[in-house]
Amino acid sequence: MASVIVVGAGIVGAAVARALAHEGHAVTVVERGASAGGTSASGEGNILVSDKALGPELDLALRSTELWRALEAELRAELPRDAPSIEFEPKGGVVVATTDDGARSLLAFAARQRTAGVVARELGPDEAHAAEPHLTDAVVAAVHYPGDAQVQPAIATEALLASARLAGARVLARAEVLAAAPGDGRIAGVVTSRGTLRADHVVVAAGPWSAAVAERLGSSLAVLPRRGVVLVTTRMPRTVRHKVYDADYVGAVESGAAGLQFSGVVESTASGTVLIGSSREQRGFDARLPTEVLRGLARRALALFPCLADAAVMRAYGGFRPYAPDHLPVIGEDARVPGLWFATGHEGAGIGLSLGPAELVADLLAGRPPSLDPAAFSPARAGLRTAERAA
Amino acid sequence: MTHVVVVGAGPAGLAAAAAAAEAGARVTLLDGAEHLGGQFWRHARADDDAPRAPRLQHAWSRYRALRDAVRRECEVVLGASVWAIDVSGERAVLHALVGEADGRAREPRSWRPDAVVLATGAHDRTLPFPGWDLPGVVTAGAAQAYAKAEGIALGRRVVVAGAGPFLLPAAVSAATAGSRVVGVYEANPLRTLASGWLPRAWRLAGAWRKGIEAAGYLADLARHRIPYRVGTAVVAAHGRERVEAVTIAALDATWRPVAGSERVVETDAVCVSHGFLPRLELPVAAGCALSAERFVVVDEDQRTSVPGFWAAGEITGIAGADAAIAEGRVAGASAAGAVPDPRALRMRARHGRFAERMHAAHGIRGGWTAWLTDETVVCRCEEVSYGRLVATLRHAPDAGLRSLKLATRAGLGICQARVCGRTVEELIVAERAPGDATSDARPLAIPVRLAELALGEDATPSQRKEHDV
Repeated sequence: MASVIVVGAGIVGAAVARALAHEGHAVTVVERGASAGGTSASGEGNILVSDKALGPELDLALRSTELWRALEAELRAELPRDAPSIEFEPKGGVVVATTDDGARSLLAFAARQRTAGVVARELGPDEAHAAEPHLTDAVVAAVHYPGDAQVQPAIATEALLASARLAGARVLARAEVLAAAPGDGRIAGVVTSRGTLRADHVVVAAGPWSAAVAERLGSSLAVLPRRGVVLVTTRMPRTVRHKVYDADYVGAVESGAAGLQFSGVVESTASGTVLIGSSREQRGFDARLPTEVLRGLARRALALFPCLADAAVMRAYGGFRPYAPDHLPVIGEDARVPGLWFATGHEGAGIGLSLGPAELVADLLAGRPPSLDPAAFSPARAGLRTAERAA
Repeated sequence: MTHVVVVGAGPAGLAAAAAAAEAGARVTLLDGAEHLGGQFWRHARADDDAPRAPRLQHAWSRYRALRDAVRRECEVVLGASVWAIDVSGERAVLHALVGEADGRAREPRSWRPDAVVLATGAHDRTLPFPGWDLPGVVTAGAAQAYAKAEGIALGRRVVVAGAGPFLLPAAVSAATAGSRVVGVYEANPLRTLASGWLPRAWRLAGAWRKGIEAAGYLADLARHRIPYRVGTAVVAAHGRERVEAVTIAALDATWRPVAGSERVVETDAVCVSHGFLPRLELPVAAGCALSAERFVVVDEDQRTSVPGFWAAGEITGIAGADAAIAEGRVAGASAAGAVPDPRALRMRARHGRFAERMHAAHGIRGGWTAWLTDETVVCRCEEVSYGRLVATLRHAPDAGLRSLKLATRAGLGICQARVCGRTVEELIVAERAPGDATSDARPLAIPVRLAELALGEDATPSQRKEHDV
């Protein structure tokens, strides 16, 4: 069994730590701040298949979703009885098109997804209103994805870490990675603000900060921050039953455009608030919030649910999502620095996609044949290296 | 002509607006309330409403002079709640909704001024204790407002407790309004009070008005036969439908209750105040740097770290109305491009020292968490108990503020952690290491309807014509 340092105590780091600790590796999670304090605490907690086009990311999403469905029961068996619930809610998603063009591409998209085993049920306007009574009358077509689910991301992160701890993992919070521990070409550990830690492997799961960590550890990584903003209303009677998206969501997720983009995502939470997302914009780590973003989010949400006009928005929060230029996660060992691994670049899908990569890293580290083809996620893939050279 | 927008029409904002206008700027003064004066001059409802009880009203003539100058020289927009400051473009844009908060017809208005003076003030801070959520337990600020505006007694037997000089006028207000004040309970012991106020007391000499004010209140307490007890606190309130009694206990210097010192006092109204918290939403949205004590950092001219933004009053340090007026005068003149009046600079120097003194004498000490029980509600909006917070921290030993809030919902309710934010932060610090985050960032300074957000009118030039000064 190996000793492994995981950099980052967000959801991906927590999932990787748990998977490796359960295999018997000696795991230390090193976190610059507190657990679940960055990207994992600033999203909606989406576990989605609906927005993934046919390809390796959909495969990863399908596998991750399977793992999520099993996780709740596993955690309940492992953790103390009074530990907070991760609020896993398999409520399904409804994607809505309000134009004929939008409907055509949505239905074609769903048809392709079905070939990979995605359950995607077409809904006519009447069926859509039966599923979502307050939905706009402008709906032309909709697709119901029973596989979409929701989890409370911060609680889930803490629960994964708690499970990892029970399997022997150690968490070192408020320790910033400064450099690689001295070695002979292979990674030998990390120098942190709280001392030097030695290990056989280092897995970087630092979300949008992964590029900076990679550089400190003598490598490079073309992962950048892309900001997303979410609005939260005050509590209200349950108005939205599923996760409801406008059909443009898929386009915004896959687009590489730097400018501000919107896609309506509306859902009610267990506590009675309504979450309204989502914007995507490349602006580095700039945390300032232009009102243009708020306006765009509000307009998209009202287009889906006109009845929300009087809903009071009490909070807007933003987070930085890690994205790679080819919009695929980066999972695997860095050929340039043996022993250095990456598990990042999941963009706005990191909560849902966290469990698949953890399994993949554990398989690859153990030398087992992985359940998914890792080539598409390799740090050495062309789509990533070209961007790194350009930078 | 320089256009200055001043946010907040309390002492600092009024002084800033008047000074900016005097320096030749075009000035727009915004306040969410329906009247000028802020919390401090809250009585100023009707135009020429003379104060009901002279002792309750500070420096009435000063207020009237400022008010008249501002009405004459500035565009005043009342009922204007600034909900966002957008600094993503070349020039900052202030977005406000004008009209009644719960009315549907709030008018969106925006300004793109040359300079902004933030004077958003402070609100009460109240520490939780068992029973603090019972009806009849109110913040001293709310009690004071009630007494000032309505002249109505809060209860028959009133207890005033907490920390800070503000307890004195709160008690006098209650007594003047006809309540019997059972006692004023200041948490800090005499030694702490003395070590805060007494060393090099001559440095405070310029601020003699404060001393007279305090002496006046103490004389009032004596006249009303109100006992003033130091080193004591209300550590629990009891009652079924509403408060019927409180437990008073002696505290040690760290505010930890002394075992065996508890006694029960009958009461039907409790006013509590443990100090004030600056309203930081707008400065944080603008990107202004904060100090370690979490006040807006300003230079000699009250400039913040963000070009085009000045700050004055309690958001730069809790120092009272006199300091706020001085800071406002400096900020307003500087924002208008003029050199601040040296008299204002001197006045600020005299009164500014009060901030640190007050903190040294009346600041909150960490031992208070010892009076909490597992059942004590910490976050009232989401009804999160102390026990729940501690248990959640136990399950997540490396969690910080964000994770804890999301797991328990503390601070996620309608008040957006304005009441419990600092408390939750301090509980984390008490349990483990220094905090990693704060609750200060609230990009939406007030709740805004989705339809209002969607409207998002662009900044419109102010309708007011240039005027002769």
